[in-house]
Amino acid sequence: MTTAPVATPKTRQNRFYFRVESLIVLVALCVVMSVLSPFFLTTSNILNILLATATIGVLAIGATYVIASAGLDLSLGSVLGLSAVFGAFLVDRLGMPWPFGIAGALFAGFAAGYVNGQLITRLRIPAFIVTLGMLGIARGLALVISSGQAIYGLPSELVYLGQGRPLGIPMPVIIFFAVAIVTHYILANTKYGKHTLVIGDNEQAARATGIQVERHRRSLYAFSGLMAGIAGLIFMTRVNAGDPTAGLNYELTAITAAIIGGTNLFGGRGSIFGTMIGALIMGVLQNGLNLMAVQSYYQQMAIGAVLIFAVWLDQFNRKVTER
Amino acid sequence: MSLLELDGIQKRFGSVEALRGVTLSVEAGSVVGLVGDNGAGKSTLMKTITGIYEPDGGAIRFDGKDVTLDTPGHIRSIGIEMIYQDLALAPQQDVASNIFLGREPTKSLLGFIPGLIDRPKIVAEAEKMLQRLGARIPSVLSPVGVLSGGQQQSVAIARALTFGPKLVIMDEPTAALAVREVDHVLDLIRELKRQSIAVILISHRLTDVFAVSDRIVALRQGQIIADEQTAETSMNQVVSHIVGS
Repeated sequence: MTTAPVATPKTRQNRFYFRVESLIVLVALCVVMSVLSPFFLTTSNILNILLATATIGVLAIGATYVIASAGLDLSLGSVLGLSAVFGAFLVDRLGMPWPFGIAGALFAGFAAGYVNGQLITRLRIPAFIVTLGMLGIARGLALVISSGQAIYGLPSELVYLGQGRPLGIPMPVIIFFAVAIVTHYILANTKYGKHTLVIGDNEQAARATGIQVERHRRSLYAFSGLMAGIAGLIFMTRVNAGDPTAGLNYELTAITAAIIGGTNLFGGRGSIFGTMIGALIMGVLQNGLNLMAVQSYYQQMAIGAVLIFAVWLDQFNRKVTER
Repeated sequence: MSLLELDGIQKRFGSVEALRGVTLSVEAGSVVGLVGDNGAGKSTLMKTITGIYEPDGGAIRFDGKDVTLDTPGHIRSIGIEMIYQDLALAPQQDVASNIFLGREPTKSLLGFIPGLIDRPKIVAEAEKMLQRLGARIPSVLSPVGVLSGGQQQSVAIARALTFGPKLVIMDEPTAALAVREVDHVLDLIRELKRQSIAVILISHRLTDVFAVSDRIVALRQGQIIADEQTAETSMNQVVSHIVGS
């Protein structure tokens, strides 16, 4: 057998399985922004960025799990909207006690993801089609439930989840970090997380080694839906309303955050730590463009361009390292 | 009693009859060479044993127990391992993870958070296993995708042997290897036999099959057409079984 020194340290994965380049980009972006705007590095602005990143960040966690398993969830943004409306509907229109606002939002997200998973694995319809369909269905349902109008006025307990600031830190940021820590641990260190990556890496191998691929996939879409539910809850409580247009096009930003954080678009690699960096890059980018008073239409263009660029970079790296 | 007994296994894919009543037994510690032309049904038969395919008819017994409809995970847990032709490795995961794929040992974090993969144990055991096999892998932390074909083969073999199997099925284990690596695999098969582990060897390379097997079974169009002691047959005879002349 030959003993060519194949594996260099470069090919080893670091402890957190993220892309180091993305951290460099984040730092560079922060430096540029702080030069361009004196407000950028103020505490209140940093908290603003984290607050704005929380919703997208939680959504991107769902996207990371699904994409790492070589799946796709395009319905994230719409399911966020449905969750926000459903939670607000239960407490405001049906007069249920405030905990139902939380349970309702989480349930609506979970249910939509559960349906996605069932359709994808049992009827064998491609994830792209199922979740694209769900994108339309969930948004439509949100508009039907709310009669097309935002449902205003939530109990103060719920509003605290979105607007409360224990120790000066916005609640959504606390929720985001708590969810991120737990989900990072699961993806990086548990059997469930490992099997998620293996299914994305080589589905046949996963099957052959006894991993129950279909059942695992179903749980991943339900998980992704649940993340959209949490994001919906954050959105709803932050704006104090169940807005049926909440989260429009958020899947674009969430998937972009996951990809630039190091998730392999074709599955097999991904980490929540990386995704958080990706989400922060998106947050800083949007915040910076806001500070420089760039019209939001251009921001949408910028996000789309970043997504394409990140995937191109990944393809380029792949060509270099694979043989 | 034989270790593995196949009784009239049938498998159809649509209108194609891939297996038409295959009956075969494998004794503990014996090496059976399974030969046949492309499309004869060799791989289908093995995937039926390992639970990837569900047979349409017939029965599979292992160690005296009926395992006909068992899942791949359960088949592995009772001691049947298969090394696939395409190796069934996850290229972006590291060597250690691949060796323990689907059977990661776990521990709990801080005593109460469950399900944590025991990485130090996986890494240590993987290194030990590769060393025992005499495989030269630069690091068990390298992704499998960057390794050479022979090194990947070693990882697949290590995965099959780590959990003390009773039967190892090898699908074309030497097809992609250099001459010296082939000898290494053949030595390994002899070593398994010494440890009374049964081996089913699928190979197009008849010299390899003759070198290590006790019995040679030829499959054609989904049926067994010859089942002979290796010592009592010849290369020409086996070839004629395969091509059906």
